[in-house]
Amino acid sequence: MAKETGIKSWKELNFGIAITTPGNAAELKTGDWRSMRPETDREKCTKCGQCYIFCPDMVYSKDAEGYYVQNYYWCKGCGICAKECPVDAITMIQEVD
Amino acid sequence: MSKPIGIEVSLAVAEAVGLCDVDVVAAYPITPQTHIVEHLSELVADGHLDADFVPVESEHTAMSACIGSSASGARTFTSTCSQGYALMSELCYIASALRLPIVMAVANRALSAPINIWNDHADLMYARDTGWIQLLSENGQEAVDMSILAFRIGEDPRVSFPVQVNLDGFTMSHVIEPIGIPDRKEIAKFLPPYRPKLRLDPEHPVTIGPVGMPDVYTEARKAQDEAFKATKPLIQEIFNAFAKQFGRQYKLVETYKTEDADTIIVAMGCVVQTAMTAVDNMRAKGKKVGIAHIRVFRPFPAAELIQAIKGAKNLILFDRVTSFAGGEISGPVAIEIKSALFDRKLSPKVGNFLVGLGGRDVTEQNLEEMVERVASAKNGDLPAYEFINVRE
Repeated sequence: MAKETGIKSWKELNFGIAITTPGNAAELKTGDWRSMRPETDREKCTKCGQCYIFCPDMVYSKDAEGYYVQNYYWCKGCGICAKECPVDAITMIQEVD
Repeated sequence: MSKPIGIEVSLAVAEAVGLCDVDVVAAYPITPQTHIVEHLSELVADGHLDADFVPVESEHTAMSACIGSSASGARTFTSTCSQGYALMSELCYIASALRLPIVMAVANRALSAPINIWNDHADLMYARDTGWIQLLSENGQEAVDMSILAFRIGEDPRVSFPVQVNLDGFTMSHVIEPIGIPDRKEIAKFLPPYRPKLRLDPEHPVTIGPVGMPDVYTEARKAQDEAFKATKPLIQEIFNAFAKQFGRQYKLVETYKTEDADTIIVAMGCVVQTAMTAVDNMRAKGKKVGIAHIRVFRPFPAAELIQAIKGAKNLILFDRVTSFAGGEISGPVAIEIKSALFDRKLSPKVGNFLVGLGGRDVTEQNLEEMVERVASAKNGDLPAYEFINVRE
């Protein structure tokens, strides 16, 4: 059974399939939808933050050095960051099982 | 006991719904349900009923409004039939999955084409897989009683499902009958205020109707199915409580002269009343005929029905709808009964008849003809179904 929902049995579901803990979307693992993974080449990266701005899923966050790093728990591999990167620092890499 | 008065069945249903102290009515008028909605809007407009009447622009919106209203904890009613039901149907699945005890009166009517505003059970069958409890009534008194029962059954926290009250269009909805309508105090004694298990409340925010991806959808359906399965004995328990207070005993499956019957007619809705007269006529001629009538179509009371019909050698099964399955299997009601028989290794001679479509009367003669047809047929000679009273 899926780890993402944490549900082991149908008996654990809330009445009327309601979600009683609002604001829990961040717990939903959307990363396993991904077939391509964005990777950043730090040689080319200018830390402009376009990837952070355009990402529809809050995957990017700034690290101590000012680089934007991906959280693959949420990254669906849509490729918008790679398309928008003005210096072509982001490459989409095929995921292999 | 309230004294019977002469009243149109639709108006009596509306009166009963009003006396149930409904909070919200969202409905769109459609023949032959119109008088129910019209009368409720009058009751609200004239100040007799303290409720919000939402004059929606379609049945789709009616059910959407009902879902929102019921989810906020309001006692909610709507009414429709036929094309109106078809238009609202996608929302009906949601109402049941969210466990919202909306009550809907359906003045059963045929589906187009050809355009036809008259009675059959096409809408009742269209609704059967939506996860609603489906109650049937056979006369005006029963339509009123079922309307009151529908709120009590649906809102019981152990049930918490939406409930359809089916009454045959025109043959019931537009007929004036002597009906005893309990007063507000009596109803309040039977029907406690609605206390939802979960509701939309800004103080305690919840999400209802979220996405359920493949990793959880099956579990959600299993949970809903288990909850629905558990409703059958509860419905009978509430019927019994109703009998205790109001003196009218309902059962999931009711019978008429089945004890010694070798031939049993299985029917639903007001055609049962015609069948009773037909049975009396046939009994006068020495034929041992009886009737099993289904009061609750969902959840399907298979065990109770089998108990009622297991002694019969000949079965006459009605379908008041065409299901276009290709001709090699029976109509929807007969399929369910045959399946229940098969599971119990019973194999009586079965005739499945398509009758009373689009407002065509089902007469006593039709019923006698069906009984005769099954009695005279050899085993294996009867088709999966046949039309009765059709011009060849």
